Amino acid sequence: MIVYGTTLLALCYLIGLFLGEALGRLIGVGTNVGGVGIAMLLLIAARIYLHRRGVMPRETEAGVGYWGAMYIPVVVAMAAQQDVVAALRGGPVALMAAVGAVLVCGGCIALLTRMGRDDTSLPEPTAEQLLS
Amino acid sequence: MIEMLDKMLNKNGLVAAFAMVGLVMWLSVLLSRKLTFGRVHGSAIAILIGLLLAYWGGTQTGGQHGLADLSQFAGIGLMGGAMLRDFAIVATAFEVQVDEARKAGLIGAVSLLLGTLLPFIVGASIAHAMGYRDAVSMTTIGAGAVTYIVGPVTGAAIGASSDVMALSIATGLVKAIIVMIFTPVAARALGLSTPRSAMIFGGLAGTVSGVSAGLAATDRRLVPYGALIATFHTGLGCLLGPSVLFLVTKALVG
Repeated sequence: MIVYGTTLLALCYLIGLFLGEALGRLIGVGTNVGGVGIAMLLLIAARIYLHRRGVMPRETEAGVGYWGAMYIPVVVAMAAQQDVVAALRGGPVALMAAVGAVLVCGGCIALLTRMGRDDTSLPEPTAEQLLS
Repeated sequence: MIEMLDKMLNKNGLVAAFAMVGLVMWLSVLLSRKLTFGRVHGSAIAILIGLLLAYWGGTQTGGQHGLADLSQFAGIGLMGGAMLRDFAIVATAFEVQVDEARKAGLIGAVSLLLGTLLPFIVGASIAHAMGYRDAVSMTTIGAGAVTYIVGPVTGAAIGASSDVMALSIATGLVKAIIVMIFTPVAARALGLSTPRSAMIFGGLAGTVSGVSAGLAATDRRLVPYGALIATFHTGLGCLLGPSVLFLVTKALVG
């Protein structure tokens, strides 16, 4: 059933966020530490485990895949609720600090991606991904 | 008629948001093809339209949630809120090739640390240059340059004034918006084409929102790798901001 996939995703999400919250408490920060990242790792582990045991039918995968595919629309909705007015009202200090940070980090990214050996690669895009 | 439509939109927020975002996506793909001949990604245009709508919404209501503050578009708030955003991000982990991610784990962690330190230094220095010379204000604005959540969390912890807090949040927001808009433009210069580069980007560019939107607009397949690292950004910043970074700043400026 397709809902099994979504349930698996939801469980990984909740457990990950819970662990992130606990980690935040443990080190005394008033925020979630890497909850989403932990949830991602859990989901990756669950996928590999279930695949090996052969109990991951295509339909279950679709229950996760749908939400992964909804990612870009969700991000568009996220963009539509940013406090753009406040960002622009921040004036020169906010603008300069932000532009400065972006430029320095951008330079650093360009440097790091070219340094060292990069032997990672992406799979061929799916039809859905090509479309968007 | 109008009143009826209004009522329906108000009552069915999330479904209305699905319809509206779908229309924005459709329009964006069309603009991408006809206007830019596919050179600018449809997603990039959609995100830009989203930001413009957010600006318009903000000027209409004076609220903090862009378009979502208009009651007819409240569903946008749910659809693009932290819950569904993080849910969808986690779902993208399904596509992660474990071996690829593992190869770049260390460089990802290094860029995460750099992604906290560098923006902080730049932000705090510019704050200093612009007349915010006390350690609390410098730290708060510097932390805002890390992410717009690290800023206020740090500021609250070390007792910053509310105008400095607002400035710190604004810094983080401007940074996130710049990352969203300019990532696809700068993708080639940044060398953004592999899982490894996406993980470096996720660590250094900061803010889940900026990274996720920036990568989505560049190449959807890069998203999970960048997000995997970026999600630790806010946590690390909130950890270092009020502690190490504040103490070092205080030691430097007195």
